[in-house]
Amino acid sequence: MGKGKRKVPGLNQSSTADISFILLIFFLVTTSMDIDSGLSRRLPEYDPDAIEEEMKIKERNVMTVQVNKNNEIFVKNGVINRVIDISELKDLAKEFIDNPDDDVRLPIKEEYDIQDYGVVITTVRHVISLQCDRTTNYEIYFKVQHELSKAYSELRDAWALKTFGKKLSECDEKTQQPVVRAVYASKISEAEPKQYGTAQ
Amino acid sequence: MSKFRSNGKREMPELNTSSLPDLIFTVLFFFMMVTSMREVEVKVQVKTPNGTTEIEKLERKSLVSHIYIGPPSKTYRAVLGPAPRIQLNENFAEVEAIREFVSAERESMAEKDKPLMKMSLKIDKDVQMGIVNDVKLELRKARALNIVYSAGIDKSQMK
Repeated sequence: MGKGKRKVPGLNQSSTADISFILLIFFLVTTSMDIDSGLSRRLPEYDPDAIEEEMKIKERNVMTVQVNKNNEIFVKNGVINRVIDISELKDLAKEFIDNPDDDVRLPIKEEYDIQDYGVVITTVRHVISLQCDRTTNYEIYFKVQHELSKAYSELRDAWALKTFGKKLSECDEKTQQPVVRAVYASKISEAEPKQYGTAQ
Repeated sequence: MSKFRSNGKREMPELNTSSLPDLIFTVLFFFMMVTSMREVEVKVQVKTPNGTTEIEKLERKSLVSHIYIGPPSKTYRAVLGPAPRIQLNENFAEVEAIREFVSAERESMAEKDKPLMKMSLKIDKDVQMGIVNDVKLELRKARALNIVYSAGIDKSQMK
């Protein structure tokens, strides 16, 4: 009925800022910024018959790392058989995995065919057997895992640098990284804990 | 001379606040993107060990389930004692409950994500390996094989 168009009154928006402030504060309170991080591992399949299979591995291909209840680290392979300090572990593991001098007491070096790359010579069959006692401290166990991990990644980095001219993290994710990971595949076996030196 | 002298009181112009809501909304959205909802109340004391170069950040939180192992926190210690306990979801649990927990977690995931499920083990530094190994064995039986030993990154030790 009215003449001309009636103007729609503007909505009062002065409280929008307050509302969004309340939302913001709510989110600040209920959320957390921390990102979970950790050391990734893959457990072996559960198979009650697997224990016998471990026996078939040749002695030179096995490095045993035992952490006992006094949190001492005992390393045994073809070359070494003694209690070590954690700072030595990485280099010992590197020497064992890589076997640079083709030592007959360390893992056998074999030709290994990697898909889409070719044949490399590496210690495919080496195994690092990590054993611990039920009363071993978790932090020590974690540190041992961490050192072993470090040994693998240093070897991978060195190989990647030699072959592709760059570190592993800079290699191509689809084509190069799987090759490097295959050359030095992580073979850490986390065996069941044993009761060393306790009366049974 | 009086050319620049103002006559009468001059009023301060009001600040234009019309863009303030947009500004705050932007901050709000930023926070919504970079943060995640706080997880369950942790009833055990967990101080994870620290590592350096080998620690990876876990992306895609939807794939990760948490298992906490540590001594009960102060309020529960009076009842439960100081021995380390396992916490799944909100409650204390026994080792045998892990299998059920894993299948429940697996059930809640999308079909294509199921093989990518990761178990984050948040274990206190001072826990003994016995309980940890029991948990690991149970995880193997439940076929949840991707695990992460949760750990912080010690920046001071980094080269």
